[in-house]
Amino acid sequence: MDAAILSPVPAVAVDPMVPRPFRIVRRVKEVDGCFTLHLRSLDGRPYAFKPGQFNMLYVFGVGEVAISVSGDCRDLNRLVHTIREVGTVTRAMAQLKVGDTIGVRGPFGNPWPIEPAYGHDVLFVTGTVGLAPLRPLVMEVLNRREHFGKVVVCYGSRGTHDILYETLLHQWRGRFDMQVHVTVHSAPAGYRGRVGSVAGLVKIARFDPEQTVAYVCRSETMTRPAVQALYERGVTADRIYVTLERNMKCGVGFCGHCQMGGSFMCKDGPVYRYDTIEHVFSVREL
Amino acid sequence: MERTGTVKDRLAGNGKAVVGIEGLDALIAALRDDGYAVIGPRVRDGAVVYDPLDSPADLPWGWIDEQDGGRYRLVREGEAAFGHVVGPQSWKTYLYPPRQTLWTGRRDGPGFTVSAPDGAVPRYAFLGVRGCELAAMAVQDRVFGVTPHGGRAVGEQQFTDSGYAARRNAAFLIAVNCGRAGGTCFCASMGTGPKAAGGYDLALTELVGDGRHEFLVEVGSEKGAAVLERLPRRAAETRDVDAAERAVERARTHMGRTMVEDPASLLARNLEHPRWDEVAARCLSCANCTMVCPTCFCTTVEDKTDLTGDHVERWRRWDSCFTVDFSYIHGGAIRQSARSRYRQWMTHKLSSWWEQFGTSGCTGCGRCITWCPVGIDITEEAQAIKNSEGRG
Ligand SMILES: Cc1cc2nc3c(=O)[nH]c(=O)nc-3n(C[C@H](O)[C@H](O)[C@H](O)COP(=O)(O)OP(=O)(O)OC[C@H]3O[C@@H](n4cnc5c(N)ncnc54)[C@H](O)[C@@H]3O)c2cc1C
Ligand code: SF4
Ligand code: SF4
Ligand code: FES
Repeated sequence: MDAAILSPVPAVAVDPMVPRPFRIVRRVKEVDGCFTLHLRSLDGRPYAFKPGQFNMLYVFGVGEVAISVSGDCRDLNRLVHTIREVGTVTRAMAQLKVGDTIGVRGPFGNPWPIEPAYGHDVLFVTGTVGLAPLRPLVMEVLNRREHFGKVVVCYGSRGTHDILYETLLHQWRGRFDMQVHVTVHSAPAGYRGRVGSVAGLVKIARFDPEQTVAYVCRSETMTRPAVQALYERGVTADRIYVTLERNMKCGVGFCGHCQMGGSFMCKDGPVYRYDTIEHVFSVREL
Repeated sequence: MERTGTVKDRLAGNGKAVVGIEGLDALIAALRDDGYAVIGPRVRDGAVVYDPLDSPADLPWGWIDEQDGGRYRLVREGEAAFGHVVGPQSWKTYLYPPRQTLWTGRRDGPGFTVSAPDGAVPRYAFLGVRGCELAAMAVQDRVFGVTPHGGRAVGEQQFTDSGYAARRNAAFLIAVNCGRAGGTCFCASMGTGPKAAGGYDLALTELVGDGRHEFLVEVGSEKGAAVLERLPRRAAETRDVDAAERAVERARTHMGRTMVEDPASLLARNLEHPRWDEVAARCLSCANCTMVCPTCFCTTVEDKTDLTGDHVERWRRWDSCFTVDFSYIHGGAIRQSARSRYRQWMTHKLSSWWEQFGTSGCTGCGRCITWCPVGIDITEEAQAIKNSEGRG
């Protein structure tokens, strides 16, 4: 196994509330309203993270938001984030160019656990931009391919124009050692791909439900139907991992904003084993 | 005389001593000599607040506070310095100030540089810390990673708030055991008072009446013993210790309020109780309760930019889960209704805090009851849920 994975993540800067400046070295336009930034630290120190962790990204004078790391966890010199423009901070981020500086605090949060899936089939269930936080995990599972049975990706988007990382999905699809299923919610006449829901993909994908670990990365409302489809196939809650989203101001357990019942999403999440938070989905406005 | 052993050993009477009013004078002077800013109770704008003290003359001698749901009034009674209980402020004002600069930034070509504050903190000596307030500090110590949190959460608190930790570790704490309970106090049922259980450097019990006015002093730390050694004092006798115990007992038996037993599981199994709707109809979402609560720690951040836009100060300020924005994520707030926000507050204080930090988030100080403009009472709400449990 790679040293980068086994070595402990280096301590975050002495004060976890103070950002480290990173330079934007590459900017990639993704699907509409979505872009990817490649960053390099200005202090020259490497940056290590585990798949599923996130950073607080700061735009000078504008503000700071939580963004998952989307790159390769074995590349300690390139930090990659894929961001969707939705409001004040992410819009300001979209204006940044190569050469500009961005502040980074992190990595924070509880990563996707990989070892529990050793010896199992692995199923990734995601859609639209949900693939961004999941990409480091898929890459790492492929790095450690020999530990797993089948590797299956179920991906859904709204239309044919918002399939994130489409080239990468094509590459993965070309591999003989993984299945990639893509579906779109609606498509123009003549579209040759699959039309329908991600839950529908879960129904048809080939994996051994008794021996499968599933990683679900969808919005909170879309998580439930995905989990339901997994249940129907016989995957139990203790083998399903999901992510959740809450307002975050600090990322380190001080500001209280990310609380959900007894849990702080920034340190106990954002990745949860489904059986530990199932009750949350039944209490409104928790 | 040979000076061996710890300072505590050298003090006669098991470290307990009695000082007079002049002893308080000497105490404040000694702490000031040692470079502490002495903060303690004093009357300002009709309330007892924690302010810098120059001498014992600044203390609220002969004032007590009448407190009830939504009601606070100072009245003249007796001559005690610590006859009042807790006021609208708590020590978190000093240990975790309402506004703090996290760092400053400056634009620098295409980029920017960031500098953290130098880390220097004031050295405070707090005079008059009550049992419930020591308990509140112990709670915040867990929140800010100064002591292990003991909750069931996945990891230990991985980070420490360096500013809080520095201020906390530098502080000298003089506890006061309560000889009188306030109308909204319920520390006895929360197990945090009226006697300070530990975590102080020195603890005072005011012995007043029957022609005397003295303070029994107990030692809680080496630091405390070293200061006590410099004060004019006499060894405590049994009658002094007994008088102190009687005073505390009087407070214990006169608690204005009582919390039901095991509110943690009571609330955890009643997240959908109709009482939440009922209390939401009265709650103004004003956030007073979270501001006055000595354990509430929530904050938000904001950027202050100068006119050129080249300098930024990043501020952290107290926030409250009673605001709608608090839980905002793109698309709308998670907790839209007053019901869900009140439930967040009360279940956090009494229930989910246990999961997070292995302790109650409420210490029974009563502030949220007193300072609620409509007198919502956390003990009464818990009782109401208990009474109607299962009768929906
Ligand atoms: C753990 C985690 C990982 C995330 N990973 C990604 C990612 O990889 N890519 C991506 O595009 N987005 C991600 N998000 C969502 C992203 O944080 C929000 O889209 C962003 O905060 C919106 O900020 P804004 O100022 O542009 O929007 P506005 O609507 O103007 O929001 C105002 C403020 O509300 C808060 N806020 C709003 N939406 C969210 C939200 N969804 N989550 C938390 N706080 C919010 C922020 O403090 C924000 O500054 C993630 C969120 C979390 C919690
Ligand atoms: S919840 Fe109320 S009584 Fe409990 S510690 Fe906070 S302010 Fe005091
Ligand atoms: S009660 Fe509200 S403001 Fe107080 S600590 Fe809990 S979430 Fe924060
Ligand atoms: S984001 Fe501040 S406590 Fe979790």
